[in-house]
Amino acid sequence: MINFNLFVLPFSLGLLYLILKIGKDWYKWITTLSPVDKVKFTSGIRNPIQILISLKEVFFEVLIHRKMWKRNPLLGYMHMSFALGWFLLIVLGNIESRFYSGTHLNAPYYPIFLKFFIHDKLVIFFEVYAVPRFFRFIMDLLLLYILSGLLLAFLKRKKSKWFGMKQVTRYQLTDHVALTTLWLIFPMRLLAESFTAGYYGSGGGFMTQPLGNFLTWIVPLPTDLVAYTMWWGYSLVLGIFFVTLPYSRYMHIPTEVLLIFFRNFGIKPKKWYSGYSDTEVHSCSRCGVCLDICQMNLAGIHDSQAVYFIRDVRDKYVSEQISRKCLVCGRCQEVCPVGIHSDSLRLIKRRELSSGQDADYSFVSVSTVRTAEVVYFSGCMSHLTPSIIRSMKGIMEVAGVSYLHLDENRSICCGRPLMLAGKDRQAHDLVEFNKKLIRDARAGILVTSCPICYRVFKEEYNLPIRIQHHAQFLLELVRSGKIPLQSMHRRIIYHDPCDLGRGSHVYEAPRELLGKFSDLLISKEEKNNALCCGGSLGMFEADHQQRDLMTNGALDSLLTFGPEILATSCPLCKKTFGKMNRVPVKDLAELVFESIPDGRIRSASGSVSVPFHPELSSEAESI
Amino acid sequence: MKDFGYQAHRDNTIDFEKNDFRIARFLLEREPSLNLCIGCGSCTGTCSTGHFTEFNIRKIHTLIKRGDTEMARKQIRQCMFCGKCQLICPRGINLRNVILGINRALEKI
Amino acid sequence: MNKSTIVVGGGIAGMTAAGELSRLGVEVTLVEQEQISGGHAACWDRLFPTRRPAEEVISFLREQTDSKVNTFSGRPVTEILHHESMFTATLSDGTILRGESLVLATGYDLFDASRKEEYGYGIYDNVITSAELEGWFKNHQPVRTKNGRIPSRVAFIHCVGSRDEKVGNLYCSKVCCITGVKQAIEVKEALPACDVYSFYMDLRMFDRNFEELYFEAQKNYGINFIRGRLSECSENEDHTLVVKTEDTLTGKPMKMIVDLVVLLVGFVPRSQNTQMLLKLKLITGNDGFLQPEDEHNGDNLTRIPGLFITGAVKGPVTIANAVADARATALQVYSFLHSNR
Repeated sequence: MINFNLFVLPFSLGLLYLILKIGKDWYKWITTLSPVDKVKFTSGIRNPIQILISLKEVFFEVLIHRKMWKRNPLLGYMHMSFALGWFLLIVLGNIESRFYSGTHLNAPYYPIFLKFFIHDKLVIFFEVYAVPRFFRFIMDLLLLYILSGLLLAFLKRKKSKWFGMKQVTRYQLTDHVALTTLWLIFPMRLLAESFTAGYYGSGGGFMTQPLGNFLTWIVPLPTDLVAYTMWWGYSLVLGIFFVTLPYSRYMHIPTEVLLIFFRNFGIKPKKWYSGYSDTEVHSCSRCGVCLDICQMNLAGIHDSQAVYFIRDVRDKYVSEQISRKCLVCGRCQEVCPVGIHSDSLRLIKRRELSSGQDADYSFVSVSTVRTAEVVYFSGCMSHLTPSIIRSMKGIMEVAGVSYLHLDENRSICCGRPLMLAGKDRQAHDLVEFNKKLIRDARAGILVTSCPICYRVFKEEYNLPIRIQHHAQFLLELVRSGKIPLQSMHRRIIYHDPCDLGRGSHVYEAPRELLGKFSDLLISKEEKNNALCCGGSLGMFEADHQQRDLMTNGALDSLLTFGPEILATSCPLCKKTFGKMNRVPVKDLAELVFESIPDGRIRSASGSVSVPFHPELSSEAESI
Repeated sequence: MKDFGYQAHRDNTIDFEKNDFRIARFLLEREPSLNLCIGCGSCTGTCSTGHFTEFNIRKIHTLIKRGDTEMARKQIRQCMFCGKCQLICPRGINLRNVILGINRALEKI
Repeated sequence: MNKSTIVVGGGIAGMTAAGELSRLGVEVTLVEQEQISGGHAACWDRLFPTRRPAEEVISFLREQTDSKVNTFSGRPVTEILHHESMFTATLSDGTILRGESLVLATGYDLFDASRKEEYGYGIYDNVITSAELEGWFKNHQPVRTKNGRIPSRVAFIHCVGSRDEKVGNLYCSKVCCITGVKQAIEVKEALPACDVYSFYMDLRMFDRNFEELYFEAQKNYGINFIRGRLSECSENEDHTLVVKTEDTLTGKPMKMIVDLVVLLVGFVPRSQNTQMLLKLKLITGNDGFLQPEDEHNGDNLTRIPGLFITGAVKGPVTIANAVADARATALQVYSFLHSNR
C-alpha cells in the first residue's frame, strides 16, 4: 500500500515553505537580539525551569487564550476553538494515524489526509473495535468544535458588539487571503471526509458518516470524483494558508511562542529596534482589542492605533506622522492579550525617525546656591499652576521641612518631553545638568510635583537618593503626623496621570492620601485603565479641537458619579481638565494644604525651617 | 535663480521677492495651526529656554514665515521641548510640532 | 391680559426695553434677580469713554421704569416656558408670571479670573480684577496693596478670559480694552507718582472717542503700553509680583516687578441661563451666547415667535450699544404684539 497521492503536494510544499520561513525568521530575530539579551537567551534555553514556565504560559495563552476569556467569553471560546481544537486535531490525528500505519515514521501529510488513505475495505475490520471508534468520535468532535469557532469568527466580523468589541481591524490583502483559506480549511476537511465516508459507506464518525451518506444521496455526481476533488481542495487551501501565513497576521501564531520564551528569559524592550522588537511586531494578531480603548477614536483619528502602527512597522512603512500621532498613554499596552509594548515600539520609531539635529544647551549654567534635606523640583508645567507650588511650600513650612526649590526661577526641563519626541540623545545633556544640580544640593529626597519629571527621574537619572512624587511625599508627612489634617467632607474623584499611574505604578499613595480627609469616589476607568486627560506631551499630531474631544471624553467618565472636586497630581492634567470648566480641578497638594487647620499655617509662616528626617520604612518605600 | 556668491552687506529688508519660502510652506503644510499666530508673545514670555538665553520661538517662526531662516538655524537647537509654550498659547498652536517641523525642514531643505 | 410682556433682567438692556415698551403702552413686568436694578453697570463708578458717573445713566433708566413698570426684584427666574403662545416665568419664590411676549435681557457673567491660574488670581495677594478695582473707585476706597502700601507700579493685563483658546473663549469681549485705558487713567489720577503699565495683544478702540481716550492716556497721563500678553506671574517674599511676558515690539522676554496687577476680565455667557432656558431649546453660538435668528435683519428675534433677546445675552456689548439694542427690541416687541398673530 503506497500512501501517496498527487494531491498531497500543495499541502506538503506549503508546509515545507512555512517551516523554512519561520526557521529563517526566528534565526534572524534571535541573532539580532541586543548582546545582553543574547546572553539571557542562551542561558534561558539551558534552564529547564524557565523552559517549563514558558511552556506553561504557551499552553495557557496560545492554546487556551486565557486573556481573551477574561475579556469576553465568546471571544475566548472562538480563539480557543481554533487554537486548541486544531492543535488537538493534529496531535490526536498523529496518534490515530500510527494506529493504522503501524509505524512511527509517517509522512507529515499522512495524518492530515488519513481518511483518504485508510478508506479501503479492510478497515471495516476496525469498525468493531473500541479504539478506532473512539478516534473517529473524537476527531469528529474536534472538527465540530473548530467549526463552531469558525461560525463565531464569521459572526464577529458582522456583529463585533457581541464579542465586546465596537471596532474590528481593517485587514490587508494577505490577511484576507489567509483568512479566507483558513476559514475554508475546516469546511473542506469536513466535505472531503464526509464524501469519502459516504462513498465507501464506512470510515466516518458521528458527523461525517451521516453527512456523507446524505451528500452521496443528494449530489447527482460521481461521489468518488467529488470526494477526490474535495481532498485536492483541502490540500490546496492548507498549502495556500501556509504560504501566506508568514505575510499575514497569522504569523502571530508561531511568533507568540518565541515571544513568550523571550519574556520568560527576562528579555525586555530596548531603546532601539532589535530582534525582540521584530518578535513583538510579528506577534500582533491584529485582534483589535486596542482599538476600542484608544481615546484617539473620540478625536476622529482611526489610522494610528497600536494595531495599525505595529502593522506599519512590520511592513517597514511607518510615516513620521503616524509615529507621532499617539498620546503614549499606555492604555493599549495594558489590554494587549499578547503583551506587546506598543509604547516602547512607538518611541523606538520616533528615535529612528527623529531628525539628526543636535541640541545646543551650552547656555545652561548650573550652580546650586545651598544644600537642603529635600530638593523640590516643581517641574516646568507647575510654573503655570502656581497654586500647586504655593501649596507644597506651605505644607513643607508647616511640617518644618528644610527644602530647596531647585527650579524656582529658571527651570531646566527634565528631558522626558524630548524623549517623547525621540530625542533621547539631546535629552541626555539636560539630564546631566539636572543631575549635577540635584547632587550638589546633597539632599536625601528629591520631590517633584510633575509625574513626567518623576518618571524620568526614576527611569533615567540613576540618582543615589530617594525620588518621590509629592503624592508619596505628602502621604509620608501625614503618616508621620507632621501635617495635621481636618476632614473636608467633599466628594472627590481622583484622576490617575498616565506617567504616575501606568508609567510609574503609583496608584495607592494618592488614594490613601485623599482618603485621609475626603470622601473618595471610585471611578469607572481608573488605575491601569485610567483615561488620559488629552493633554499628553507624547502627542504631536492632534489639534486643540481634537484634544478637547479627548479631554471631554475623559471628563464624561470621571464625572459619572457626580464628584464635587476632580483631584489629580499632575500640572498638565490640571490645566487640561481646567480648560473645560466642568468641575473644579485640584491637585493633591492643594487639597492637602486646604485641609490643614488655619492655626497651623499661621504659626508656621515665617518660622525657620528645621531639618527633616524622613522615616525610611519599608512600607513607605513600596508606595 | 543665479547664485551671486558671497554678499558683503546683508540686506536687512524682508524681501518677499528674494526670500526663500520653502521652509515656511513645508511648516504650514505640516502644522497648519502655525498660521493662527497673532504674535502675542506668550510663548516667549513663558519659555524655559528663554529664561536663560535670547532664544525666541515667536521670532523664529515669524521670521520663517517671512522667508528668513537664519535665526532658526542659529537658535532652534536650544529648545528644551518642555511644552510650556503650547500649554499657554491663546490660539491653540501645536508649537512642539512646529519645532519638530523646523528641525526637519532645516535638515531637508 | 392685553398686549403684555415680561422682561427678564433688570440691567441696562432690560431696563431700557421695559421703559420703552411701557411708554408705548404695553403692560410690562420687569424681573431682576438682585434687589437693586442696573445690573453690572450698578457696580461701575464712571463709564468709558467720557468718564461720566454710571449713576447718571442708571437713574435715568430707573425714572423710566420705577412706578411705570411692574417690577419683581430680588428673585431670580428659575424657569421659562412657552405654551400656546403664552410665556410663563417662574420665580425662585414660586411666583408665576405670564405674558404674551418675553424679552430675555439676562446679560452676562464676568470671567472667573482664577481659571487663568498662571496669573495668580486668588493665589497671590495683589492680583485683582478690573471689577474689583471699579468697586474700589465706586466706594471711594484708596488704591492700595493688600497690606496697605501705596503701589508704585501697577500693571493692567488685557484679554483675561477673552481671545483665549486655553479657556475655551475665542471671542473678544470688546469693552475690556477701553475699560483698561479708563482705569489706568484713574489709577494715575489717584496716584500721580505711580507708574502704570498696560500689557496688551491688540488695543481695539473701535467706538467713538475710544481712540481719543487712548491718546489722552499716553499724552496726559503717561500710561505705558507694552505689547505683550502676560505669560505668567509669580510672587516675591514681600508680596510684590513678577510679571513675565515678551515685549514683542523689541522681541525680548521681559520681567517686571509690580505692586498690583489688575486683570481685565471679559464677558462669559451666564451660567444660570442654561437651566432657566432649558425647555425653550434656544440656539447658542460656538461662544455660548444666544444666537439671534438673523444677525442683520432679526438680531433680536429667536426661533420662538414672541421671544426676544437683547443686550449682552447675545455677546459682549458696551452700555451705549446695549441701550440702542434694547430700544430696537422694544419696537420689535411692539410690532409683534400688534400684528395679526
